[in-house]
Parts: sequence; structure tokens; C-alpha cells
Amino acid sequence: MALDLDEFHGMFFEESFEALDDMETGLVNLDVNADPVDLDAINTIFRGAHSVKGGAGMFGFTEVAGFTHVMETLLDKIRDGAMRLSQPTVDAFLQAVDCLREMLRATQAGETVMSAHVEQTQRSLESILAAGDSEPVKAAEVDAPVSASTESPADGDPQVQLDTQRWSISFKPHAEMLATANDPLIILQELSLLGDLSVTVDMASIPGLGELESEKIYLGWQMELSTNVTRDEIVTVFEWVEGECDLEIKELSAGRDQGAKSSSEYSDIEVAKTADPAPPAGADKQKPAVPARATNSDAGSIRVGIDKVDSVINLVGELVITQSMLSRFGEDEGFLDFEGLRQGLVQLDRNTRELQQTVMQIRMLPISFSFNRFPRLVRDISGQLNKKIDLVIEGDQTELDKTVLEKIGDPLMHLVRNSLDHGIEMPEDRLAAGKSEVGVLKLNAYHSGGNIVIEVGDDGQGLPRAKLLQKARDRGLVGANEELSNDEIHHLIFHPGFSTATNVSEISGRGVGMDVVRRNIQDLGGHVELQSEEGAGCTFRIRLPLTLAILDGQLLRVGKEIFVISLVSIVESLQVTLDNVNAIAGRAELFRLRDEYIPIVRMNELFGIESDCTELEKGLLVVVESDGIQVGLFIDDLLGQQQVVIKSLETNFRQTDGLSGATILGDGTVALIIDVPGLINKCLANALDNGRSLARTAA
Amino acid sequence: MAKILAVDDSTSMLQMVSFILQEGGHEVVDACDGVEALDRARNEPVDLVLTDVNMPNMDGITLVKELRALATYKFIPMLMLTTESSTEKKQEGKAAGATGWIVKPFEPDRLLATVNKVLG
Repeated sequence: MALDLDEFHGMFFEESFEALDDMETGLVNLDVNADPVDLDAINTIFRGAHSVKGGAGMFGFTEVAGFTHVMETLLDKIRDGAMRLSQPTVDAFLQAVDCLREMLRATQAGETVMSAHVEQTQRSLESILAAGDSEPVKAAEVDAPVSASTESPADGDPQVQLDTQRWSISFKPHAEMLATANDPLIILQELSLLGDLSVTVDMASIPGLGELESEKIYLGWQMELSTNVTRDEIVTVFEWVEGECDLEIKELSAGRDQGAKSSSEYSDIEVAKTADPAPPAGADKQKPAVPARATNSDAGSIRVGIDKVDSVINLVGELVITQSMLSRFGEDEGFLDFEGLRQGLVQLDRNTRELQQTVMQIRMLPISFSFNRFPRLVRDISGQLNKKIDLVIEGDQTELDKTVLEKIGDPLMHLVRNSLDHGIEMPEDRLAAGKSEVGVLKLNAYHSGGNIVIEVGDDGQGLPRAKLLQKARDRGLVGANEELSNDEIHHLIFHPGFSTATNVSEISGRGVGMDVVRRNIQDLGGHVELQSEEGAGCTFRIRLPLTLAILDGQLLRVGKEIFVISLVSIVESLQVTLDNVNAIAGRAELFRLRDEYIPIVRMNELFGIESDCTELEKGLLVVVESDGIQVGLFIDDLLGQQQVVIKSLETNFRQTDGLSGATILGDGTVALIIDVPGLINKCLANALDNGRSLARTAA
Repeated sequence: MAKILAVDDSTSMLQMVSFILQEGGHEVVDACDGVEALDRARNEPVDLVLTDVNMPNMDGITLVKELRALATYKFIPMLMLTTESSTEKKQEGKAAGATGWIVKPFEPDRLLATVNKVLG
């Protein structure tokens, strides 16, 4: 039977990456100086390597299997106490974990796995192994014994195909052999498959009825087997009962010399068996006494592909739309008399909402998935920089949408690196400043009003105001006499190409970054704020929507079209009085909103549609904000507010500037969702050139 | 057709083993560690136990030992799936009462053949 096992590959990779994360966490938290070594921790790490190796072997990823075998052997030595744990060893392991992750990614992508890097990492592990052990284990040797013992007799090398020979086999089970449920009959049956078998039963040792114990075996067998298989294959049949029986295998038809030789060979095997060391006082005997942590999140869970979840979410989205369509029909006068129907619709409304919430919950993952990689990062970087840093993580069980979680990883990484590199000072500087020499980096996450807030804070030196301002002046971003508020100065760091680090370091400080960080966060529909006090530290606060699938939207109308704008980006909506409008350079119009001038964007012109009103005082102006820049969107009318299910425009149509997606409303019409940051950028590209620069001079 | 208890902490391995056994016409009860396996085996008699060795909470060897101590499992074949090519683990398993072992990696056919053999 040829079974296709490819479908298990995906799961193997997923599981292996998780195992690697666990190993990494285990390694980072490992106390090198603990004596004796923390066996639970080593065991966890060992199990990770072990299961990757097992799976990789099964699925034929031999390079991965070989690599993990070296790791496993080394861990085994450590756990048996044959080798001491040291910081360099832990570092080598961490590198090996990285390397393995790389190998798995390559395997998954179907690329070449072996690279110079892999070989080098493997060699450094082997050299550690060799240093602690007189016989180094090479990966290449791994598969040999394994495959040899798995080969079935039929797979035997054709070269060892022999002429038919006669063997005399004497098989006498020990009385207790049945205790391992090894049935002698099965063994005899298997032997009979190898060739012609004749069997004589030896009943000599059957005791009297009174002494006979029903669970013991008293029989022996004397057999003759004519077969063309090798002696090894005959021995393999008895593999499981070695040590539980007396076994003698002699060649009959061959000359005496050979017979003697093979029986002496066999006794060699017997000797080897008895010489085998007793099971070591290894870690397997030391039962993990704290299972509580290991099983925490897995309790009764199933693994489902994200595409399946998404299609359910999608269907529920459709259901919500259908439901709101039905609700609208239900409000029709003609249905006023149908009380039962109306009640049913109300209930449907409630149930679909609940269903939607529950389904969205499935996509939610704790932020620990993202936070978990930071202990390693902090450890590595603080080592590189010779800084002393404590990482404090709070709220790591706070849940957010999987997609948001994946996309927030890089920005978070950047913020953390920044804090480590620029925020927290060298120990001596900290002491001089009267602070503890150990800096604190704090990651925190919590829910706040339909959003998730993630904080990255440190107790370092804070943002240098004077330096920032000076740099901004040097670059002409800020006028020489212009005074800025603290907030405005801090926000300078989000300007493209702006870095205050005096030295560009490997870790951060090339000035590419904070603007990208901010843009990434905005792409997720969130925003980032910062709070900094010189000498006391700096905290970045990222506010993100819990999910990207649903949006709290404001519906608005331009002509016959309906648009949706995320509620959070709306500052205010107002009626325009012409006194407050300045037309500049013919086209650009500016509206004076209290003390500021904001550009007016006519939605009908932007999207090329017919609107009801073209005169500003007859329509409405919706003031939206992104990046601290406000613009006024000129529209016909504001409609209701509602939660809308976001449908991707890219998958259904194509990506369009200024729009982030579409949704289907209760009456079945399609409404486009406005991407406020994108729209502002688009308008600014057109209008800012002439409009805003003029506004500045006008102001 | 037999009812087989398959135990492995690796989901991919467990599902694959279950798949192979089911394709071979067997009914499979699965468990992700020794503790769960022991629980299932107590509630639902099986004809064969196929267990991984290295698992959290309770390893395969302890599982075999615990099962052998139960009257219903005294003569039920128990096989260990092991990557250990060393004899240590095998001997440890035998001492605990394991019937035999299958070395990973294995061919699906090889697994089925071995299982069918011990089922008699």
C-alpha cells in the first residue's frame, strides 16, 4: 500500500516551529549555574529536538533529522550528567535553534537546506560534543543503524541473497516471557514465513499440575528451517524476546567450521546483550513533577487550518449581511401584522451577532506569541552591548487577531531594539545618574475600549529634546525661530530618515525605522503615541483594533454612492460657512477650523462621481485625521453608524488608492471603505504642494 | 480489524500513525501523552497499544508499566515507537513490560505489517 503522507507535512512544520520556540524559551530561561542542572528544563528542550528529529526522519527530511540528532545527543549527555552545561554551550544551542529554523523554512519552501552556515553550526555542536566525549557522534552515522534495523527482510540487499540453507533453531522461552505479551506462536508463524519449517515441541519442563501456573510458559521448541535468508534475519524474528528466552541458532547444511563460527558469533551477541549497561539513572526516570505548566494552553484543543476559520468568518459575515437585509424587510409596513415573523427577526439579529462575536474569538491569540521572542532578543543584545537589562512582560495573555498579531511583530521588534540600544544607558552611566545599574524594559498589553493597547517602555534616558530639535533645525524641518511643544519634538522621530543616534550601530540607528514603524501600525488601522521624559525613560503606546475583519464605521453619502469611514479617524463633522473658506491658487480650498487651516477634499471630484451639491455651504464637511494631519472631506450627507464586515478589494477587484476595502450593506448595496491615511497622502501629494505651503505662509 | 490505542505528543506523528492504521482497517483511539492514554485505556479496552517514548507528563515507558499492572492489559501487546537506536531505551521498555518496538522512521507498510503480526 502506498500511502500519501504529504498532507502531514504542514502540520509537522507548524509543530516544529512551535517546538523551536519552546526550546528557545527554555534555553533563554535556563540557569547555567544551577547544580544539579534543571532537569525539567533540559527535558523540555530535549523533547523539542527529539520530536523535530522524529518527524523529520519520518517525512524524509534527512538533513534536519541529522542536525537535530547532534543536538539531541548533546542534550542527552547533559541530562545524564555526562557533560557540564556552560554558557558557550547554551549560546551554541541558541544558534543551532536559529539554524534549524532556517533549515525548516528552507525545507518547507522546497529549497536547498544545507548551507555553509548549517554545516558550520553543526560542526560547532559536534566539537562541543567531541570535547566532552571521546567518541564524537557524526550526523552521517545517525541514519545507518536506524535504517538497518527498520529494513524488513524483503528489503534485504540482493547481494546477500543466499542459497537455501538449513538451520537448527532451539527456542526455549523463559517462564515469564508472556508477561510482555510476546506470544511464541506468533514467533513460530513468522519463522514459517521465512521458509520450510518443521517444529518439535519440547515438553520436558512442564511441571506437575499442582505447580503449574497459568500465566507462565513451560514449553520449548526445536525447529529446523530451510531458508535462503541470512542468519541476521532469523535473529530479527527473536529481536523482541532477547533475554527472555534461551535461543540457539546453528547452521546444519554448511561445513562444521562455519557452523561453529556462526554460533560463536551469536554468543558474542549474547555477551553484548548481558554487557549492556543497566538503564541509566537518566532523566526519563525523573518524572516531570510539574505537568501543570506544560499542558496549560492545550487543554482540549484542536488544530484547524486558518483558511477554514477564515471561510467560516467570511460566511458569518455574509450571514450578518443577509440578516440585516431581512431586518430591513421586516420593518416594511406590510409586515407589521406578522408578529411572529418580527419576533423571529429580532432573535435572528441577536443570534447572528453572538455568532459573529464567537467566531471572531476563534482567530484571537494571546500576544504572548509575539512577546515570547523578546527574552531571547534582550538576552542577546544586552550581552552584545554590555548592558544590564531586565525584561518585564505583563498582560501577555491579552488576545488579539492572528493577522494583527503577525503584522505587529516587526514594529514591536524595532521599538524594543530602539529601547535597548538608545533608551537604556550603560550600567556606569545609570549609576552616575543615580539609577539602578539594571535597566528595565517593560512590555505590556491590555484591552481598552474595543482596542488593544501595547506598550513598550524603558526607564532609560528618554528622548533628547535639545538634540532632536537641533537636528530638525539642521535639516530645515523646523524653522530657526520656531518653537515646538514637547509632543511635537517627540514626534520628530517619526520623520523619515531621522535618527538621533550619534553612532549607527548594528542594532538600530540607521534612521530607517520609526517612520516605517508608524506606517505599519497605521496600515493595521492603529496609531502610536509616545511619552518621554528626559532621564526617566520613554514609553511607546500602540493602539490597535482587535480585528481587521470588522470595522466600526460611519456611513456617508456622496451622490448615489455610499462610503464608510472608520469612526476612530473622524475628528468632527460640521457645516461649512463660506467665510471660513479660502480658495488658493484657483483649485485648492482651505477651511479655517478654529486656528488651523485644513485642506478641503471634494469627494465627488476625487472619485469622479456626480454629487447632489457642489456648493460647500449646502453639504457637510467631515474632518478626518491621520498622522496628526487633518483634512476635511466634503460630502452630501451623513448616514448611520454601523459595524461593517470588511471585504478585501484586492482579492475581489484590485487595490485602489484611498480605499481599504468594501462592504455590503443591509440593502445589498456595496459601500466602499475609505482608507483615511491613504486618502490623505493621496490628496496631500496633489494639494499639499501648492495648498499647505501656501497655508503656512498665509498663517 | 482491531482497536488500537496510539499515543504520541507530536500531533503530526499521531495523526499520521492514526491515518496509517485506519487505512489498514483498524480503529484508532488516540492520546497525546501517557496520562491521557492511561485514562482512555481504562475506559475503553483496546487490542494493542502503540506509544511514543518521549512525552511530557508521562512517558511511554511509564505508561507501559502502568498498563501492565492493570488486569485487562496483562497480555495486551504494547509496542513502543522509538527513535532511539540505542538498546538502552529498548531494554528499559522491555523491563517495563513492552512487547516490542518499532524504530522511527518507519515505512507505513512496515508499521502495518508489525501491528498485524502482533495482533496474530
